[in-house]
Amino acid sequence: MDLSNYLLMKHELSLIVVFLILMIYDLFASDKAKKYFFPIACTLFLIHTVLGFFFHDSSTAFGGMFVAGPAQALVKNILNVGLFLVFLQAKTWLASEESIIKRGEFFMLTLLTLFGMYLMISSGNFLLFYIGLETASLPIAALVAFDKHRYESAEAGLKFIFNAIFSSAVMIFGISFVYGACGTLYFADLGSSISSTPLTIMAMILVLSGLFFKISLVPFHAWAPDTYQGAPTNVTFYLSTISKGAAVFALIVLLYTVFPVLFPTWQGILWILSLVTITVGNLFALRQKNMKRFLAFSSISQAGYILLSIYSGTAQGMAASVFYIFVYIFSNAAVFGVITAIENKSGKINMDDYNGLYKTNPKLSIVMMIAMFSLAGMPPTAGFFSKMFVFTAAMQSLSTASIILVVIAFVNTVISLYYYLLVVKAMFVTPSNQPIEPFQTEGYLKTSVLLSLFGILLIGLISFFYQQISLASFGL
Amino acid sequence: MLTFNYSIWILVLPAVMFLVLGLGGKYMKPVVSGVLGTITMAITTVLAYLTAYQYFFSVGKAADGTYKAIEAFNFEWLRFTDTLHIDLGMYIDAISSMMLIVITTVSLMVHIYSLGYMKGEKGFQRYYAFLSLFSFSMLGLVVATNIFQMYIFWELVGVSSFLLIGFYYTKPSAVAASKKAFIVTRFADFFFLIGILLLSYFTKTFDFGTLTAVGAPCFSSFAGASFLGISAISWTMFLIFMGGVGKSALLPFHVWLPDAMEGPTPVSALIHAATMVVAGVFLIARLFPIYLFQTPEVLHLIGYIGAITAIFAAVVACTQTDIKRVLAFSTISQIAYMITALSVSGYDGHDGLGYMASMFHLFTHAFFKALLFLGAGAIIHAVHSNEMDDMGGLWKKMPIANWTFLIACLAIAGIFPFSGFFSKDEILAAALHHDIVLFSILFIAAGLTAFYMFRLYFRIFHYENKQYHHAPHDAGPSMSIPLIFLAVVTVVAGWLIPFDTLITADGKAFESHIDPLVAGLSIGIALVGIVGAYVFYFKKNEKPDQVATSLGWFYRATHNKFYFDEIWMFATRSIIFKCVSKPMAWIDVNVIDGFMNGLAYVSHQASEAIKGFQSGRIQQYALIYLVGALVLIVTFCGWLVAFITK
Repeated sequence: MDLSNYLLMKHELSLIVVFLILMIYDLFASDKAKKYFFPIACTLFLIHTVLGFFFHDSSTAFGGMFVAGPAQALVKNILNVGLFLVFLQAKTWLASEESIIKRGEFFMLTLLTLFGMYLMISSGNFLLFYIGLETASLPIAALVAFDKHRYESAEAGLKFIFNAIFSSAVMIFGISFVYGACGTLYFADLGSSISSTPLTIMAMILVLSGLFFKISLVPFHAWAPDTYQGAPTNVTFYLSTISKGAAVFALIVLLYTVFPVLFPTWQGILWILSLVTITVGNLFALRQKNMKRFLAFSSISQAGYILLSIYSGTAQGMAASVFYIFVYIFSNAAVFGVITAIENKSGKINMDDYNGLYKTNPKLSIVMMIAMFSLAGMPPTAGFFSKMFVFTAAMQSLSTASIILVVIAFVNTVISLYYYLLVVKAMFVTPSNQPIEPFQTEGYLKTSVLLSLFGILLIGLISFFYQQISLASFGL
Repeated sequence: MLTFNYSIWILVLPAVMFLVLGLGGKYMKPVVSGVLGTITMAITTVLAYLTAYQYFFSVGKAADGTYKAIEAFNFEWLRFTDTLHIDLGMYIDAISSMMLIVITTVSLMVHIYSLGYMKGEKGFQRYYAFLSLFSFSMLGLVVATNIFQMYIFWELVGVSSFLLIGFYYTKPSAVAASKKAFIVTRFADFFFLIGILLLSYFTKTFDFGTLTAVGAPCFSSFAGASFLGISAISWTMFLIFMGGVGKSALLPFHVWLPDAMEGPTPVSALIHAATMVVAGVFLIARLFPIYLFQTPEVLHLIGYIGAITAIFAAVVACTQTDIKRVLAFSTISQIAYMITALSVSGYDGHDGLGYMASMFHLFTHAFFKALLFLGAGAIIHAVHSNEMDDMGGLWKKMPIANWTFLIACLAIAGIFPFSGFFSKDEILAAALHHDIVLFSILFIAAGLTAFYMFRLYFRIFHYENKQYHHAPHDAGPSMSIPLIFLAVVTVVAGWLIPFDTLITADGKAFESHIDPLVAGLSIGIALVGIVGAYVFYFKKNEKPDQVATSLGWFYRATHNKFYFDEIWMFATRSIIFKCVSKPMAWIDVNVIDGFMNGLAYVSHQASEAIKGFQSGRIQQYALIYLVGALVLIVTFCGWLVAFITK
């Protein structure tokens, strides 16, 4: 075997280096030296993130097992940026009494899942794909149950792992059908050898349902609200953005490279799923009182919008979906940043607790408001542009079906505006007898929130980001 | 183009200054912010001169002696399709270079002047921040590489004008005026936007370079398209012109400009006399090849709208008593001159005289009108009133104001050798060769111009010796220096700058010369006007009142600006509010809100109905998952595929 193949895996190698350094440090450093564990971990990961932008390989390795290209590199970089924001927000939580001894584990587990996502994104073969998917799933169960002293956290971990195993089983089942029908697991060969028969369609649906599970599309979503609510807030953030983003890209790769022949079929599937997902996600989000559960349903509904852009099956659609994820990471980072700050301070997590927040903590309230506007897609935030690109992409083919889809998605945007504004209303309008006390946000968290705020305000207006994404997308 | 790399700073500096003064102004001493703004503007001015110099005398001229447009910068901002994308950049050609000079010079003068004029005003920093914003927007407008960028800056200019008119926001009349200006111009811009959309829909481009190339192929797609019997391209170009009608205050959208005089006087000089209001002229000049070759009939119409506006505003100006309003109507009239000049122009060589004359007049007018306004500002500053009746006999008390104002009056009246004579003469000559009707209208307007300007001059500086509370005197150096500088420019600009070799429709130089017949006629009628004003207004007498009484209703109509404000009021109140807004409000309340309420109701009910699915039981979750997958499998091996891909 030619060892130079490994040179194409620069992102992965860099991540492994970070992982190993941190592991050794965590295992062997004295307690005194470990005081600097958090800043060092963040710095190392930041270096890895920055380095990632300089990796531009474009080739395949290990006989087509591993694919590196501009689109893959771009998505990995986006995931890096998102994970960096997650790390920044985790400071206070990890420094708490229960978590401090497990601080190293948190980093190990997240880095491992990220590694799994890298493999999933870059795979050129179903085997590697499956390994990546599992690597990205199993440690998450441990992460969700991280606060094992809390009943909800343990329950959420359990629910996640059962559902994950179930969906993996279904997916493997589908992969075996694919192999049975075509005699190969390489994406490159599958793309040309698959034909449209009931067998392959069924195989495709089974395979995709594994990914739908990760993206939490209705009806594969049922685990998400319980898990999101029970998991530690930082893990919820991680689950709802990074993990979801990686799965969306993997879905794009599968649809565009493995199943292009079945385009009409999967277009129909996406049509139905995005409709159902957006609507059902919205309907549930309407009645939530717990912020994390509320965001779980909001993120289900947002996933539907991402699907909307993939539906068109064009390079523009792909660019729109990647851009959507990019923006979504920043909007969610701001929201979760505020929630984390308040939870750290007061332990409160219900929407009613936010009443009168503007009076006591105006800065946090304004950040939250801008983030909510971005999630709802109001100009001039980035969320508006991402929704606009998604709708444009979906409307590319002016068929009746796509018009119906976009109109319903539009109506749903209105509904979503209602519940996002509920949060704003609570903060700005509703008075409260016991508002949350004024407090100072901790430095790392503040950095993360400010970064995401800049992201929300600038990404849409500066066309550079979309153009880079759009350039890379045409490479697939 | 490497050579114009520095030119981007012309835009960046004012923009940065706006942010610095706008955000940090309240932490600065007023003087610091004023000086900072002025210095930045001075640097911008130097850069603009450098750009113009480089363009006219080294880089711009191609080997065959024609001036070609240069795209100094061009960033792609939004891409819709491969052909249709919005860029932001800098487009440097003859007219934009000229506009750079005009805008930066006048703006710099206003910056200096305001140091004295606005001293001690509340919100001094804010004032300078807005001036920077305006300079930025206006500069961005003239260097736009495409019509969409132009539109963006066009609106920014409108916003900054709104902010500056309403600068004294505690004064109800200022607030009303700023709203009026914004709404009227915005209403016109609505047509402009439709025009832009139509243009891009048919031609698939926003780019000026592509659009204005002679014989541009992109117009072929207009062929055959028509609406209400008028071809689509005529509609398009007419709608685009409507934007110019609003900004340049042509009939019937001129109503906002006289009221805009509520703003601080230096603002009137900068925005409502020298720069912003000529945006409409600039727009037509920018798209001139399209108007000339594709829609000559629209260009013809523009000429008539311009000529009627010119004479209308001149007549109204004769009866106004607020000195700033006289100047405002004079501005309307002069801008209409420029617009008309464009309509009587051809393309090649001497045939393109009108285009050159229009730009020439724009240039000279900017300086002498700024001078008039700044002079009026000095007078208002001294006597604390806008009304003519409170003035008189100031010539001894304010010598600098007197002499500079007189020079500007002579220039606008068209007396040799002041700058206005040369540019106005070219316009009249061009009109005479193309359309005798337009020529006659402009000719009479020229006489009226001389009359009302000298009426203004005599009423302020002679007429009667008033007793003043505080003895009026010339203002300090920061206000006098701009006056003197502009007066010098007004004297020399006409014969020093060879416009016919620099700014022409086709970019080629041609020989223009003073037509003795036209020159004689125009000086003659100007003298008639001046003498008329002298008879009526040099010494206080009864004649003006007698004439006013004998003219009866005509005088009253003129004094009331031909009731245009009332007509608009009627149109908005009785027609638009009653017949359009009320039903719309009904639809909003009943249909749209009803739909939203229905939506909310349905959502709520549906949400109630499905909440059982989220039970928390893992077995049920797995079941939903499995059933979901099975339903998909069953469905997609069958009929749904056919529906969706149909």
